[in-house]
Amino acid sequence: MSIAITTQFICFTVLSLVVIIGALGVVFLESIVYSAFLLGGVFMSVAGLYLLLNASFVAAAQVLVYVGAVNVLIIFAIMLVNKKEDLKPINDIKSRRVISTSICLTLLSLLIRVDLTNVWSLSSPQNSIGEESTIRIGEHLFSDYLLPFEVASVLLLMAMIGAIVLARRDVMSKDISTGLPVDQELIEKSSEPLLTNKN
Amino acid sequence: MEYGLDLEYSFNEFLKGFGLSSEIAHIIWLPLPMLLVLVAAVVGVLVTVWLERKISAAAQQRIGPEYAGALGVLQPIADGLKLLVKEDIIPAKADGILFTAGPILVLVPVILSWLIVPFGQNLLISNVGIGIFLWIALSSIQPIGLLMSGYASNNKYSLLGGLRAAAQSISYEIPLALSVLAIVLMTNSLSTVDIVNQQSGAGILSWNIWRQPVGFIVFWICALAECERLPFDLPEAEEELVAGYQTEYAGMKFALFYLGSYINLILSALLVSILYLGGWGFPIPVELIAKFLNLPINAPFIEVFTASIGIVMTVLKAYLLVFIAILLRWTTPRVRIDQLLDLGWKFLLPISLANLLITAGLKLAFPQFFGG
Repeated sequence: MSIAITTQFICFTVLSLVVIIGALGVVFLESIVYSAFLLGGVFMSVAGLYLLLNASFVAAAQVLVYVGAVNVLIIFAIMLVNKKEDLKPINDIKSRRVISTSICLTLLSLLIRVDLTNVWSLSSPQNSIGEESTIRIGEHLFSDYLLPFEVASVLLLMAMIGAIVLARRDVMSKDISTGLPVDQELIEKSSEPLLTNKN
Repeated sequence: MEYGLDLEYSFNEFLKGFGLSSEIAHIIWLPLPMLLVLVAAVVGVLVTVWLERKISAAAQQRIGPEYAGALGVLQPIADGLKLLVKEDIIPAKADGILFTAGPILVLVPVILSWLIVPFGQNLLISNVGIGIFLWIALSSIQPIGLLMSGYASNNKYSLLGGLRAAAQSISYEIPLALSVLAIVLMTNSLSTVDIVNQQSGAGILSWNIWRQPVGFIVFWICALAECERLPFDLPEAEEELVAGYQTEYAGMKFALFYLGSYINLILSALLVSILYLGGWGFPIPVELIAKFLNLPINAPFIEVFTASIGIVMTVLKAYLLVFIAILLRWTTPRVRIDQLLDLGWKFLLPISLANLLITAGLKLAFPQFFGG
């Protein structure tokens, strides 16, 4: 094996291990803060996998959108409502776990089946577009993928208006869901101190 | 335009002369530019810290550091040594892992961004195609480190500082990216080398600052906010938050924050000079000088002259901007958090959007001036 292939293999192994272990950590760790930070690590490793596939623009977009925006906002929200509360024990926890495990396993088997049955067309490094991919992505976004692109922007606009309506309830005279007049006192209620005593 | 020194090629040829294969020569070459940039960044920080001390002293009619070396030039080294030998304290109720990982996550993306800073046609570590976009993506990782250290310190000032830092950097990233986008629109490329080459036509007259004056101001304000420099240093506002997310840090971990913020300042200054002030370009085009001296453009003397003037010009422009940033820090008051967010969302964002739109229109109307 040449040095380039060995390096690529080592990078791929490390990145895949980080993705798998990190994702398991996100699900199984008790502390929500650790889960959120691990999620950031998983996103970063996925970006690394894109880099290995010569898709540098997609990798940078992954870092910008998922790590820089989504994950930061998740952590931001967790820290704004940094409340220590003991969750109530659920009585039929065992059956719920069985159901969720079986659903996840079904999805996994579906993915494995797709992976095994599909005939993947592997492109050699010679005909990969590499640096040119930025231009190609732009061309596709403004030609054959124009409609999905625009629909996504409408979706984002709707989400933004919804968030503004929810956040600025004080400017509405009526509650949106119940139709009752809004109690202005309730909106200005004092919140608890940010860091309540740790244990 | 493909002229100038190619050090990598000459180095590899030199090693091949000793009978090494080109692959081994490449591996020996790889760490050299990285090491060089790391050293350059750290030396840049030392110079900036000294400048900061001297200029702040001048602004307040003091003398400033004087005894450590001539004019106190060794003072930053003394500061650094002090931080190196200080005890590394982790507060008893802090979260040890996150507390340690926070400063690292703040520093690493900043240093990685130096990958794309060109000092000449071939004088950069990697001319990646996504260039300036890589910097925008990397700088968006920083808030995670800030939030992490703010949370892990288990201190209300730290947490508030971390939250403020994240809010600030999220809000100012958008106008920053939009003003970069206007430049990219004119260049038709994300690569920093292409951006500089596009400005090199007529010396100082073809610099982007004349075509993008609004973008330049928006970018500079946002860069200052991203670096948490006064008037935008709310995350570590001494009077309100002790030192923000840095409150519980000491020794080398604090030094990482310190290094990170100064490296980020120099990086921002370098990028402003690359995007708007012609990068390594001399105010008078080198072609004119070569013609004046009756030398061909690829003569050895002209090549060495171009390379050295490139480094000098880039560093000179960057330090001029660092000087302005320091002067701003010691002469302006701090904005309030609501003023900061208002400025970001209600003023800079619409302005940069309009700037992008007008640039696109001008590009269609006058393709010869705004990049065809």
